[in-house]
Amino acid sequence: MGNAGQAKSPFQRTRPFTQPAKLSRALKLYRLRWKRRRFLVRSLRKRSELVPKQDRTTGIKRTDILLFVTVRNEEERLPYFLDYYRRLGIDHFLFVDNASTDGTGELLRRQDDVSLWSTDQSYRLSRFGVDWLTALQFRYGGGHWCLTVDADELLVYPDCETRGLADLTTEMERVGQTALGAVMLDMFPRRSISEVVYQSGEDPIESLPWFDANGYRTQIHQTYENEWIQGGVRDRYFFVSDPSRAPTLNKFPLVKWNRRYAYVNSTHQILPVKLHQFLDLDTQKHVSGALLHTKFLPSIMEKSLEELVRKQHFQNSDLYQNYHQTLAEGPDLWVETAQKYTNSHLLVELGLISKGQLPEN
Amino acid sequence: MTVGVVMLVHTALDRAEQVVRHWVKGGCPVVIHVDKKVPVADYDRFVADLSDVKTVKFSKRHKCEWGKWGIVAGTQSACEMMLRDFPDVTHVYLASGSCLPLRPIQELKKYLADRPRTDFIESATTADVPWTIGGLDSERFTLRFPFSWKTQRKLFDGYVSMQRAVGFKRRIPEGLVPHMGSQWWCLSRYTLSAILQDPDRPAYDKYFKRVWIPDESYFQTLARLYSGKIESRSLTLSKFDYQGKPHIFYDDHLQLLRRSDCFVARKIWPKATRLYKTFLDGDGSILSGTEPNPGKIDRIFAKAVDRRMRGRQGLYMQSRFPYNEWEGGVTSQPYSVFQGFTELFENFEPWLAKQTGTRVHGHLFGPKRVEFDGRQTHFSGALADAPELRDHNPQMFLANLLWNTQGERQCFQFGPFDNQEINWKIALDPNAQISVISGCWAVPLFQTNRNFADLRNEAARLQQIENDHLSILRSPYTKARVRIWSMAEFIETPMEALQIVVDEMTGKTQRRLTEAPRMYDLTGFGQFLQNLKNQGMHPYLMGDFPLDQAPEHRPEKRRKPYLVR
Repeated sequence: MGNAGQAKSPFQRTRPFTQPAKLSRALKLYRLRWKRRRFLVRSLRKRSELVPKQDRTTGIKRTDILLFVTVRNEEERLPYFLDYYRRLGIDHFLFVDNASTDGTGELLRRQDDVSLWSTDQSYRLSRFGVDWLTALQFRYGGGHWCLTVDADELLVYPDCETRGLADLTTEMERVGQTALGAVMLDMFPRRSISEVVYQSGEDPIESLPWFDANGYRTQIHQTYENEWIQGGVRDRYFFVSDPSRAPTLNKFPLVKWNRRYAYVNSTHQILPVKLHQFLDLDTQKHVSGALLHTKFLPSIMEKSLEELVRKQHFQNSDLYQNYHQTLAEGPDLWVETAQKYTNSHLLVELGLISKGQLPEN
Repeated sequence: MTVGVVMLVHTALDRAEQVVRHWVKGGCPVVIHVDKKVPVADYDRFVADLSDVKTVKFSKRHKCEWGKWGIVAGTQSACEMMLRDFPDVTHVYLASGSCLPLRPIQELKKYLADRPRTDFIESATTADVPWTIGGLDSERFTLRFPFSWKTQRKLFDGYVSMQRAVGFKRRIPEGLVPHMGSQWWCLSRYTLSAILQDPDRPAYDKYFKRVWIPDESYFQTLARLYSGKIESRSLTLSKFDYQGKPHIFYDDHLQLLRRSDCFVARKIWPKATRLYKTFLDGDGSILSGTEPNPGKIDRIFAKAVDRRMRGRQGLYMQSRFPYNEWEGGVTSQPYSVFQGFTELFENFEPWLAKQTGTRVHGHLFGPKRVEFDGRQTHFSGALADAPELRDHNPQMFLANLLWNTQGERQCFQFGPFDNQEINWKIALDPNAQISVISGCWAVPLFQTNRNFADLRNEAARLQQIENDHLSILRSPYTKARVRIWSMAEFIETPMEALQIVVDEMTGKTQRRLTEAPRMYDLTGFGQFLQNLKNQGMHPYLMGDFPLDQAPEHRPEKRRKPYLVR
């Protein structure tokens, strides 16, 4: 703020991200290039941790759209997950099973379009599964559109009710967009989590139809030059005391893969950073989607208890201890002004996903 | 007599075959030009697959590169073959492998039979159409283009600007007036044969070989020389995005295409199974007998272009971060900020809501909580009232609030007690209307019963903050509509001032404000200010406030005069 009577020029304050001088940006990009190479080398070394259980990758055709996912005890979600993504047009699933103790492995082995690897190594030391998936993507992903999601994430994009993933990727290739950004929407039930009834195989959105339509904070990440989005129900319910630590909601789940690419931190960022730049600064030309996050099924209570003991997830701070503690008690996240999910048109209207240049229907 | 179809094919040969069979079934002979870039094995299989059909022929293959002569050369050889081998063809329809007939072939044949000498070819002079991309319209015909636009863009651009600098111009052959238009036409045998058999054709071909994108200008220009009747429109429905790339039609465009009444549409996505099934398997195609009506599709696609060009103001989301240093605008709709009003009037918020019908919040940027209208804990779309979340990114908080309440004007209170980080953002925002009564922060201090030393320090702090804010509002960068009154100035004529603000918000009302908000009792306020002065703290933002005198116009309870009857 300026001194009395004299206001300083405002423009230093209004820049969304300080554009570093050309040379320092070049240096940064060079450092990131090495970072990417380190990630790749690291992942390739972690490849030995993966034990193939069911290898059907020979059936992958050149134009297939692939899905990569790491799971742990997801027997409950998987039937609908597989069904949902098959309907969107995933041709082949590549699963890493991280030491599941329920029927996840058997369920996956029964599917014709699934290749399965398993490992009982540390999830955290594998950068939360990213190393394993990067190794698989390096081996199988090149030249394919690759979708990387978690078992509790359902991808939606404009008109996904009538257009398959192949329609979307064709259209994205036509306009030269090779990565799809998506915001995670935390879905929650009308009542306390402990009261939710969910049967495996059902659409989890039927049980968790509500989300926060407002209050997402966006800033530009100075290093990776991507948008950094925070907000949603976890933000307002668990992280009021320290909003800067609230979960990151921006992801890049769908990418036309090149074996030199590497995810940085979950799928929040990807290297090279040029993939982050499908970002509109003025007009609207890029398409984006959302990941409906079905974390808050009743099983979260049990998992949170386990999490408190296992300490394998991101930051093990008191904040997260508290978070898991609260979740284990089955809180009620619903408020009156929350929004009920209907379809992708709603998200377009609310300004949470973008049609970009997709043709109307 | 019949219609001959010349089909240019380069991918999705299986779909092309399906469409070819449909044309043939409708009684149209087809001559196919397959791009030379298609591998020989694929080509041979394609030919073999269609070998059972008598009226399908394959013409000499040329290498087709976008924007180059090859496409025209391919079209020429195919057309020559068509005219030579199928003498009963009266119209030739140029189509691509991704074109799909929407109406029964019989309807197209009848439509053309009714217009025997008409040529359907979009053809306009360069000066009259805004289609061109990259600023190359008339220059397409006067410069040389040896480099590929797609793969050698830098050389392409460099060579163009070099020619411009040197002032180089090619000579356009005598008698030609350059015209441009859609590549997909339908010409009568008369016109097409005149073009192909013209004795000057070698000269024309030589010229057009070096024109950029000749497939959009060769036939379009030459048809003007011979045609008796040109209908300057294409019978093929084709939409282009703002970059000039053709839009692709998907399965969910089915109803749209059916309603268009167009004969043929492109480009159809090869995997749009439902479209191919509906339109090729007979019963689904349109039987209207009317003129093609692409207007509806035009309007719907114009929406997408509009979005592309203008965006959605004030929206931040994944894939969108509007950033415009000079415009400053970060919000999606107009809003009003009031500073000092709730300190001066008891019931300002409900009064304002009643007078203007807008949504009136309290201090949205207040230190204890976000004071939403009605003091809700979560506002529209579950925006939380926690100040920590708001202060983590105040600008985004404001942008979100306004985006999610579009159509309803938002008003809120502001003051030196509140988070000041947002000040520049609001000042630079042309959507903001800011009304300030300076110095009103002293009224709540005056009303409390605290240690005078504390009050003095607090007053000094608030005055400094408000002064900083005012200097921002008065800076030359400010784009908001700002009105500032000192407190003394305002209470001289409060109704006039309020009328100005309300009129600006609602857009001139004829109605005068009838009801005034209730002002706090200011008796003793002048003395309070004097006490501050006596303590060495000079409150100057409220203007010259009369010592210990209630403002004159303060609504006093006046007893009604008795009426004696």
